[in-house]
This record gives sequence, structure tokens and C-alpha cells, in this order.
Amino acid sequence: MKNRKYREHWYSGITEAIQMYVPGNRIYRTMEARRARIGTLFILPFIIGFLAFMVRPLITSLEMSFSKVNVVAGTMTPVKFDNYSYAFVADPDFNRLLVNEIGRMAINVIATLVLSFVIAVILNQNFKGRTLCRVIFFLPVILSSGVLPGIEKQNQFFNLMTSISESVNESSGVNLSMALQNLLSVSGVAGEVFDVIFQMIDAIYDIVMASGIQIIIFLSGLQSISPSLYEAADVEGCSAWESFWKITFPMVSPLLLVNCIYTIIDFFMKNDNQVVEHINNVMYGTQMDFGVASAQSWIYFGVALIFIGISTFIITRAVKSYE
Amino acid sequence: MSKGNTIFIGENKNFWERNRRSGGYLLKRRAGQIAISVIRGLLMFGLCFMIIQPLITRFSLSLMGEQDMYDSTIRLLPRHVTLDNYRIVADLTILPTSMINTAWISLLMSLCQVVSTTLVAYGFARFEFPLKKFWFACVVLLIIIPPQTIQTSLFLYFSHFDIFGIIKAIKGSEINLRGSLWPYTMMGLTCMGLKNGLYIYMMRQYFRSVPVSLEEAAYVDGCGTMHTFLKIMLPDAVPTIASCFLFSFVWQWTDLFYTRNFLTGYTVYSRELSAMVSKMGKYFSQSATETVTVPLGRQMQLIGIGVFVCCVPLIILYCFTQKTFVQSLVMTGSKE
Repeated sequence: MKNRKYREHWYSGITEAIQMYVPGNRIYRTMEARRARIGTLFILPFIIGFLAFMVRPLITSLEMSFSKVNVVAGTMTPVKFDNYSYAFVADPDFNRLLVNEIGRMAINVIATLVLSFVIAVILNQNFKGRTLCRVIFFLPVILSSGVLPGIEKQNQFFNLMTSISESVNESSGVNLSMALQNLLSVSGVAGEVFDVIFQMIDAIYDIVMASGIQIIIFLSGLQSISPSLYEAADVEGCSAWESFWKITFPMVSPLLLVNCIYTIIDFFMKNDNQVVEHINNVMYGTQMDFGVASAQSWIYFGVALIFIGISTFIITRAVKSYE
Repeated sequence: MSKGNTIFIGENKNFWERNRRSGGYLLKRRAGQIAISVIRGLLMFGLCFMIIQPLITRFSLSLMGEQDMYDSTIRLLPRHVTLDNYRIVADLTILPTSMINTAWISLLMSLCQVVSTTLVAYGFARFEFPLKKFWFACVVLLIIIPPQTIQTSLFLYFSHFDIFGIIKAIKGSEINLRGSLWPYTMMGLTCMGLKNGLYIYMMRQYFRSVPVSLEEAAYVDGCGTMHTFLKIMLPDAVPTIASCFLFSFVWQWTDLFYTRNFLTGYTVYSRELSAMVSKMGKYFSQSATETVTVPLGRQMQLIGIGVFVCCVPLIILYCFTQKTFVQSLVMTGSKE
């Protein structure tokens, strides 16, 4: 299609495309059309699946979010924006959980990106036991999937227990991070910044467990940088520090966007996410309210999209200005 | 100061002599290298330990008798070693059945998903056809849309399943497919399973990196499209396909979302695991009607064992396949 320079009408592209699939004309018999038909055949499963199991449910779900659903009979009565206003105004937990999760996500995404980048850079160097380290660092891909991360947090007693053990630690003064935190917050240097940093440090286990794939993506980017670039920089007298900022970082920074989006999505779909849990409760719990549940999941998806949009905007700007 | 300099400094001179000649540079450099490797070693050790530690703790907890849980002198090594806990967990999660079910369902599903995503990825990587950009944007959308958004409507869709009213015309009513394997198999075969957008994306990246001339040579020699795909492209793609398969298998194994929504008719380990806490009260009580409150430490111990049991087969699998898993991903992982 690309190499046809001349088009008579705006719709000639469309008619051409249709002619590719309909036998009995000139275009149908060309090699190009044959390849196009075979290619369409290859992606046919996806097209069918996407239309049947994605577009259709999406439309139904959108419809459901604007109506009252009776699950047993399978009927829907339109109620306009009632479900949305219920989610925001009447539901006692939804707003609070949503805001909580967004805050947690912002911190986690930044921390995950930084940490996975650092780890990928280290794993790309040559040192003894590198293979073992790689094997261990990709273990979280297994260990933090599906039910596993949520299961212990879902248990409300567990939270009680951790809070007890934390308070015990506090009183005995063993907790180093807590002591340091107290010291720094007393000295009054940019208290809020330190708060965020300490929140990251406290969540380091979660962050490491969530960054398996991100490390893999960064590592693949690092491996695709040609070594001759470093050699040239070395010959010109660059120090390792300089070549890191002048070569490694710019070459890998496009992957920042991929990773950032992946992290946001991953975080939004995690099982230990309280909003997801809440939506599940609304849906399968005593309420059985499918309308509200789908309204809430649309709100949730909207928030996710907004965040992906914002981070795409910021990162593309930052990377461009760097080039 | 690379190896070439040894010509001037002399291989046989000792370190301090060479250091003196280089004007203190050698010592500084060596110290820097050692410092970096010590810091790197500490960091790596710490993070690796953090990943491994929960597994070790769970393993040692799993061997402890109940009285060890309350003994504050015991941290890691159990005093009363017992295998009783495993028996309890096995009872609570209906173990042999649920594990076997999980295994064959995961295998079946990941096979379906890998076959369909490979075909689709190849289609996207190598062919030009109308609306290609649009469909690929749909793949990206598939990665981005959280399945939670459509979970409610899929739930309804499959409980009143029908294809353009055909089934209703034949049988008189829609059929309820929830609880059977059908909904999920259909979704797997049409690339709508768990994270399938990601597999399409990964595999497309791989197929694009293979030189086109390979296929052209095959076409010139008279291979058909399918033949070329099966004989030329597939054998080279095995590592990538294998890693996608492993991903899909592992994620399927621990998945709760799809099993809870569609596979309610089967005893699957992940669902039993998530329901374990609520079952405990009944299990430990003497009579059938009342429930007892299980002590918190005990609950945590049993859940920990459940998680450990879930991980063990996967970790064994991972140990055997880690080379494929790590290397093929690092080599071909998404580059763009």
C-alpha cells in the first residue's frame, strides 16, 4: 500500500484495502494483496478475541456502570450517573482507598524505576557470582505474582501483628531506620522529603519484589549498547562516571517510559491493591452490586490512564531535553 | 592505564615499585576498585538476602511445632521438628487434587496462549495489511486495560453465553459457561489471557530482529508462507517462545483473577490458598457446627506454609530453566 504514490480520491485507500480481500479484481491477484490476506489470517485470533472478549465486555461494562444490574435475571435498568455519585459520595471507603493507593503508587513507581535501573547497571558489570545474582533477582517474577503478594496482607491479623512488632522495636530502640529518621527529623532538614525517602526505605521489600521485569527490560537495553562507544569514550579520556551519564543514561532513558508504564499498570493490577480488593468485595460480597463495581473500576481505569498520560508527558519531555 | 603499560613498568616488579613509578596512581585506582566491589558485594548480598529470606523463614516455620511458635528463644531453628503442619495445610487446600488441577490447567492455558500469541506476533512483525497500525494499537491497549474493568461484564457474558443468538435458536436458552474450562480456553486461544498483550509485544520484537533475507531465501527456494514460518522462523524463536511459555505458566499457576472468575468448577490451588484462613476455624474445631478462633501466630504459620508449597514447584522449574528464562529475555527483551 505504501508504494502507491497516486490516489484519485480520499476513499481509494479504503476501496483498495477492500479489494485486497474480495476476489475477482486486479488488486486481489497481486503479491501484496496475498501477503496482506495471509497477515490478516495470522492476526485473526487476536481480532476475534479483541472484539469478542475485550470490546464487547468493555461496552457492556460501560453500560453497566450507568445502570442498576440484576445478576440473577441478567437485566439492566439505566440509572444515569447514580453509580458514579454513589462511588464518590456514598461509599465510605472508596475515596479514601483510591487516594491512599495513588499516593503509594507515586512513591513506589519512582522508587522502582531508580532501584531497578541501579540493579540493572550493577548486574550488567562483570563480577563473581553475577549469574547467581541474576537468578535471584528474577525470582520475584515468580514470588510476587498472582495470589502470593496479597495473601498475607489480606489477613487483617497480620497487619495487627506487624504494627505490634514495630512498636516493640521502637521501644527497644533496635530499629535503625527509625532512629535515623528521628535524628534527621529533629535536625529539621527538609522534613517532608525525608518522610518520603523513609517511606521508600520501609517499602523496599515490596519495591524489590515488584521490579523483576523492570530489571530485565533495563538490562536488555544496557546490553544493546555497543561496547565501542565506551571504548571511544575511554580513549578520549572519559571517566567511568562521565561515560555513565553521557552514554549509558541517554541510551537507556527511552526504556524509562516503557518501564514507567509497566510499573504503573502492574501496580494498578496487583492483588494486594486495596482498591482492587474493595471492588471485588462490592462485586462478590454481600452487596453483589455489579453496577457500582463497574463504575468504580472505570473510575480506577480512568485514574490509571491519567497517570500513564502524565508520566508519558513528563518522561518524553525530559528525555527530549536530554538529547 | 591498560595492560599495554606493563611494557614500561615491568611485569616482574612488585606492586609498590609499580605504584611508585606511576606516581601513586596505581594505588588509588586499586583502592577505588576494591571499594566499589565491596560496596557492590554488600548491596547485592543485602538485596539477594532480602529476596531469599522469606523463603527460608517460611521453610523453618513450616517445621516448627505449635509450641515453638510461642517460645521467644526460638528464631529460626525449630526445637520440635514436625511434619504435621504440612498435613494440615494439605487438608485445608485439598492438596493433591488442587495441585494436579493447577498443573494441567496452567499447562493447557499457557500452551493455548503461546500458540496464539506466536502466530499473532509473527503476523504483526512480518506482514503489511490494512489497519495494521490500528490493530497494534489495540495490542497496546490490551496491555494497558486492567482486566478488573471488564471483569463484571465478562462474568455476566459467560453466565449467559451466546454467539449471535445461534445457541438460543438451537437449545432454546443461553448456556451458562461459568465454572467450565471453555471461557478461559477461548480467551487463551484468542490472545485474551493473562498479560497476553505483553507476550505479543515481546515476540514481535524478537521476530522483527530476525533478518528478512532468511525468509526471502526460503520463498525463492519455493517454500510457502506456513512452511517458512514453521521451518525457518520457529526453530530460531524457541528460546523466546520458551520464556513466554514459562512466564505464562508461572503467572497462570499463581493467578487468582481468572480462576476466581471462570474456573469456579475446578479445585485450583490459588483459590484454595486464598480461602484458607476462612476454613481454618472450622477445621480446628471439634464439632461440625461451631468454629474456633485460631491463634494468630498459628494462622500466619499455616498461610506461610501454603505460600511456600505454592512456590516450591515453580522454584524447581525455574532452577532448571533459568538459563532460558534469563538469557533469552536479556538478549531479546523489549528493545525499542
